[in-house]
Amino acid sequence: MGVSDILGLFNYWMVIILMMIGFYTVVSRGNLVKKIVGLNIFQTSVFLLYISMGKISGGTAPILTGKPEVYSNPLPHVLILTAIVVGVATTALGLALVVRIKNAYDTIEEDEIQAADDETEFGDPQAAEDHRR
Amino acid sequence: MSIEAIINIALFVFLGLTAFAILKLRALFAVVMLSAVFSLVSAALLVHLDAVDVAFTEAAVGAGISTVLMLATLALTSRHEKAPTRSQALPLIVVFLTGFALVYGTLDMPRFGDPQAPIQVHVAPKYIADTQSEIGIPNIVTAVLASYRGFDTLGEVTVIFTAGIGVLLLLAAFIREPEGLRVQTMDHHLVLRVVTKVLIGPILLFALYVQFHADYGPGGGFQAGIIFASAFIIYALVFGLENARKAVPGRAVRLLVACGVLLYGGVGFVSFLFGKNYLNYSVLGADQVAGQHLGILLVEFGVGLTVAAVMVSTFYAFSGQNPPIGDEDW
Repeated sequence: MGVSDILGLFNYWMVIILMMIGFYTVVSRGNLVKKIVGLNIFQTSVFLLYISMGKISGGTAPILTGKPEVYSNPLPHVLILTAIVVGVATTALGLALVVRIKNAYDTIEEDEIQAADDETEFGDPQAAEDHRR
Repeated sequence: MSIEAIINIALFVFLGLTAFAILKLRALFAVVMLSAVFSLVSAALLVHLDAVDVAFTEAAVGAGISTVLMLATLALTSRHEKAPTRSQALPLIVVFLTGFALVYGTLDMPRFGDPQAPIQVHVAPKYIADTQSEIGIPNIVTAVLASYRGFDTLGEVTVIFTAGIGVLLLLAAFIREPEGLRVQTMDHHLVLRVVTKVLIGPILLFALYVQFHADYGPGGGFQAGIIFASAFIIYALVFGLENARKAVPGRAVRLLVACGVLLYGGVGFVSFLFGKNYLNYSVLGADQVAGQHLGILLVEFGVGLTVAAVMVSTFYAFSGQNPPIGDEDW
């Protein structure tokens, strides 16, 4: 693998690093707002993956200039443009759920929510632990 | 190494550092601010990758609206994350395994910028070659978005509509009536008040430009809707929600949420009436190109209407809650 291969795959690797940071934030952190921020990082990395694939070396933005030019692929741009706005709408939905969870449980930490659920269902933490086994 | 490659690498490294800082920090206010920075840097990267329309959207959405919504959520919940109690080993192993599998998968991928990559030789060349003669507008992204793939976009607008309805259903029951709402304004800050008043006009004008100039330059209903909504949101932030509601009542905004989708779908039905396929705009004008122009203008307006209305009503729903954290705590 030469330098040109490494440069040619660099974007994809960085996308994967960002994606994994987002993924790790989602699975390892208990705070619900933090999870949503992690999900946003994950989402943005997918956007960058698509747009990186559509780029052509020496190309320009896909707006016709009337001169013969190389244009980068407009199709990923369309998909991602709408995905961003859908993303903010779903983020808003997620945040609304967080606000409701705060109202109902008075916390937005995952383990405390779990403890409160166990409390109502089983009475004490030990019984819940036994039930899970 | 060319200057383009250096810019590319530098921006990606910035993104990586910002993402890592987001992961590590436990002060959520800083996390939200860094996520705005993350969006802005990724918008710069998107410009570099020739995706000007996408960059426009990312800058308006990521650094604007979603930051405001997250801050509103922090005001209603808490600003500090608790230290993780469980072991981090299992998530770390899962993440590393997934990452290595993905990296292994990239080894077969076409190299960055390759004009012969499979993605570049199907479908897209047709759009690039035919847009001028079939649609007659210079911005290929708008042509694909509103005409060639108008069906997809109708679906996306419906998703935004549905998400907006979801937010209203979740939070509407808790919106305080204007009498009960603790009036919180920032209009005692002279600089904020003056700057906001100066800015609102140009923001609205710019949104309209982005909306109606989308055929010729980067822009369109999605971006314009967000920018339009941000003018109302900045007004509500500085002069209080009550005053914003006086200017634009929540009921009217909720009506507009549906009107945008209805306009988009309705344009499709008009082409039905002329005996053509759904969303075939050619019948709307005297000739093919004139019809396409009109059709794109109408559906983009529908998109802009729905996006702006969903964002404003979402903001109303969030800021209408009674915040447990007072202004002075921030």
